[in-house]
This record gives sequence, C-alpha cells and structure tokens, in this order.
Amino acid sequence: MSLTKAEIQHVAALARLQVAEEEIGVLSEELEKILAYVDQLQQLDVTGIEAMSHVGVTQNVTRPDVPGISLLPEIALANGPDVEEQQFRVPAVLEG
Amino acid sequence: MDFFSGLRKLHESLVAREVSPSELVDFSLEQIQAFDEQVQAFVTVTQAQAKERAVHLQDQLLTSWLAGIPFALKDNLCTKDVETTCSSKILRGYHPPYSATVVQKLEDASGILMGKLNMDEFAMGSSTENSAWFPTRNPWRLDCVPGGSSGGAAAAVAAGMVPYALGSDTGGSIRQPAAFCGVVGLKPTYGLVSRFGLVAYASSLDQIGPLTHSVEDAAIVLEAIAGKDRYDATSVAREVPHYIESLTGDIQGLRIGIAKEYFSPNIDSGVRMAVEAAIGQLERLGARIEEVSLPHTPYALAAYYLIAPAEASSNLARYDGVRYGYRAEHAENLLDMYRKTRSEGFGSEVKRRILIGTYALSSGYYDAYYKRAQQVRTLIRQDFDEAFAKVDVIVSPTTPTTAFRLGEKTEDPLTMYMNDICTIPVNLAGLPAISVPCGLADGLPVGFQLIGRMFDEQTLLRTAHAYEQAAGFAPLKPALGVQA
Repeated sequence: MSLTKAEIQHVAALARLQVAEEEIGVLSEELEKILAYVDQLQQLDVTGIEAMSHVGVTQNVTRPDVPGISLLPEIALANGPDVEEQQFRVPAVLEG
Repeated sequence: MDFFSGLRKLHESLVAREVSPSELVDFSLEQIQAFDEQVQAFVTVTQAQAKERAVHLQDQLLTSWLAGIPFALKDNLCTKDVETTCSSKILRGYHPPYSATVVQKLEDASGILMGKLNMDEFAMGSSTENSAWFPTRNPWRLDCVPGGSSGGAAAAVAAGMVPYALGSDTGGSIRQPAAFCGVVGLKPTYGLVSRFGLVAYASSLDQIGPLTHSVEDAAIVLEAIAGKDRYDATSVAREVPHYIESLTGDIQGLRIGIAKEYFSPNIDSGVRMAVEAAIGQLERLGARIEEVSLPHTPYALAAYYLIAPAEASSNLARYDGVRYGYRAEHAENLLDMYRKTRSEGFGSEVKRRILIGTYALSSGYYDAYYKRAQQVRTLIRQDFDEAFAKVDVIVSPTTPTTAFRLGEKTEDPLTMYMNDICTIPVNLAGLPAISVPCGLADGLPVGFQLIGRMFDEQTLLRTAHAYEQAAGFAPLKPALGVQA
C-alpha cells in the first residue's frame, strides 16, 4: 500500500484540510504504516457476513410532533465568530 | 477528610451535618491548589460557581446520594455557560448554550461541578499528550502519562481532587486511564447512558461513564446518569436497576471466562501476574473459571482504526469556523476559510484520523476498508455472543502495560494505538466493561477488566465489588495524595 502525493492532496481536499508540502513526507509515511496495519483485515473471509453499522436495537423511534422550547436566536448565535443581524457572516462564497 | 473513602461516607457525613457542602468544595479547591500545578488535570476550575452552589445547598435536604458532593467532567461534556473545548484549539472560547443530559442529571441530583478536565484532543489518544493545552501527568509518577483520552478525569480522581468524575470511552478512554491511575473506570453498555451534549467522536462507539475510587461509587454514579433520553435516539428505554443493591459480595457459581487472545505475549509480566492473582481471588470466591475463545480479537484494532476515524471524519466536519469556535483570518473565500480554520484549529492526531477516515470512506476504497471493517465488527460481536452462551463475565488485563513515560510513544501513532488492544473489542460489540485496580507493578497501578453481557451491569458490578472487598486494598492512593 502506498499513497502518492496527489492522493494525499486529494483526500485532504475532500476533508477540507490543507497539507503543506513539507508535511507530506512524514504524513505519507505515517498513513502508509497505519494502512499497512489495517490491511490485515484482507486476510479474513467475510463472504456473506453482514456489515455492522451500529450496536443494538433497530427500531423506529417516534414521538408526538409537539412544539418544544428552543434556543433564542441571540443565544444560538452567541458563539459565532462573526455575526450580524441574526445571521452568521462568512467570506465570499462565489469568486469575483 | 479525604475523597478516597467513598461516596457513601461523604453522603452520610453530609446527612449527619458533620460536614457541609461548602467544606467539601473548599477541600476540593485546596487539593486542586496543592496538586494540580504538578498533575495538570484541570483545564477549567469553576471555583466561583462551585462555592456559590455549595452555599445554595447549605440548608437543603440532601436526600440524593450525590447531593452536595463535588465532581468534575471531561472537557467534551457540554456545560451551559462553562467553556467546553475538547482540549482543541478549534473550540477555544466555546460556551455551550445547554448542558449535556448527564450533566443536567448530576445538577438535578444537587451535585457540585468543580471544573473541566484535560483530555486528548476530541478524545483521540491514549495518553492525554494530544491535548492542545498541556499534557496531564500521572499522580503516581509525574514523568508518566495518566493514560487517555480521559486522562484528566483519571488523574483528578486518583490525586483526590474530586471524589468522582465522568469521562467518555470510545475504544478504552475510561478504562485505560483508570488502570494507569489506580481507579475504577466503567464503560456502560451502548445505549444505557444518553450522549446528548457529549461532543461526538465516533458515534457508534462513544459512551459516557464514571471514574471513581470504588465499585460501589461507580454503581452510585451509574444509577444517577443512566436511562432513556428523548434527546438521544440511541438511548434505550429500560428501567434503570438499583445497581447498588446488586453488590451482594456473592459470586458463588458465577461462570467467568478467560480468553487466551487477551493474554498474548504483548502483556507485560507484571501486569500478567497481577491479573492472574485477581483471577485466583475470584476463583477463591466461588466463581468457576472457564476458557473461552474470541478468535477475531487480533483484528479488532485494525477494524477500530477504520471505523472510528471514518465516523470522526464525518462528525468533525461541523468544525468549519462558521457557528462557533476558532476561525482563521485572511481567507480569500469560503472554501479557503474552511481549510485554513481546520488546518490551524486541529492538532496533528486529529488531522491524521480525519485523513484516514476520509480515505476509508472515499470512492473506490469504501468496500475494501470501511465496509470490510464493519463486517469484521460483526465477527467480533459473534465471538462475544458465543462466549456469553457459556460464561457470565469475561476477565482480561485492561492494558498490556502499566503507565508509560511522557514522550515514549508519541513518535509512532501505531505504537500508541496498541495500548487499547484489550479494550477496543468491547466498544465494537457495544458491551459494558469495568476496569478495577488489582495491585501495583514496579510501583505503578495495574487494572483488570471485566466484560459483561449487554445491559448486565449488575453482574459486572457485583463481580467487581466482590473482588474489591476480598482483595481488601482498595482504594489505591498515590504518594501525592498521602502528602496531603
């Protein structure tokens, strides 16, 4: 298992992370070691084995649709790094 | 006064008015003042609020077991208006607008919050060295780690700064630090305790549980925090048993399983000897020791290090600098802001796991990695199902070694991951497990683990309690505490 520089940059882009050029060497070494370790799962025959996504009871959980107490807008926005007129402000979404 | 003699004694002293909530709060603050400069368990001490609350409770009837008694919380449990950081730069300054359900329950029981405890960033780590703030130290030996990720919780309890704390356990994060620090750590069955307000790491594995000085204390705290919560759809509607009543001391005829897979050559001889002595003790108490087989155990770590990062990569997508926490400056556009914020805000282990998780879920690799890991998870679960057809409880070491030195395992992520080899299978299967101190090896605490059937915390606690009573050396006290 080996990870190319381009693959690392691709995965980083998917994860919304920046990887600096000088980090790539160490990172690819670490990731390769981890991937080599998890590769032992390929030794097992899992034909016909169901994938387990969670533990426990699979059942619908429903409740009556009754309005409850919710956070006031100013409280919900209180932790925002940049807030204006009850909205979160972000940098430009579109170029130009 | 000390916090080592248990919640029952503190409760009785409060009811008899031999001690007041304010005195307990002052004592806790004194202990923090005396030892936390060295141990560094706390990231926030809520001194003013704690004192105020103690005064408020002064004249009230303290009927509940936990009323008037100080506690502290791992910093990934949301506390209304008290900073909650997960020991990450990306959440610095975050003041949750609500409290986690477990926190609300302890408040409703008239407990007194003393502060928030250090951890590996977003609970990713086994030594509390991955904290963005500072590493926590083991009260037994200050150049050793307390374990992790609930290292602050284990160290604070072990040093006697608070009588109990809550932590979270995704792959061993309560049990491993409990073992390293000589305290009791309980990971309840998946679904027993609400996770509402627990900052999510890997949602199919995370559970909240207590770190305490005794099994009885663990039973008391568990009873207070367990139960269905309408805010957590994964919490299960079952009547919460009176756990304390199950502590009969009688395990005559109980069938206890030993799986050879948990006694691999990776287990240090000192740990092995202490755990084998504990098994001998259980046998003398009338338990029947039987061999069981859990053949897929060697694959658990690999499955975990795909499943947990995959879930983490999804859960941690919410930290984007928009609604709370850190935001990077000088961004050219929105995408650039996301990427700068996350790259500057997350530490290296968190980034590593997000990358692994994203890779495992990405197109072309999903079947080979994530799906296969989930299939192996089914095999691990089936191993336990078969074993629990024959025995009531399974016993193992909690960790392969005692506490290691700071910096010893930070170079190689895989070596660090190996710490959780005995605890991870339990989370994958959703079972309850407890780590109980069983002596010292070279001056450092050793813990053994008992694993139970789903929702059978009663048998687990009964077994652990019977051992603890018979062993007769609990609770362990580090030299640090003795100097008090």
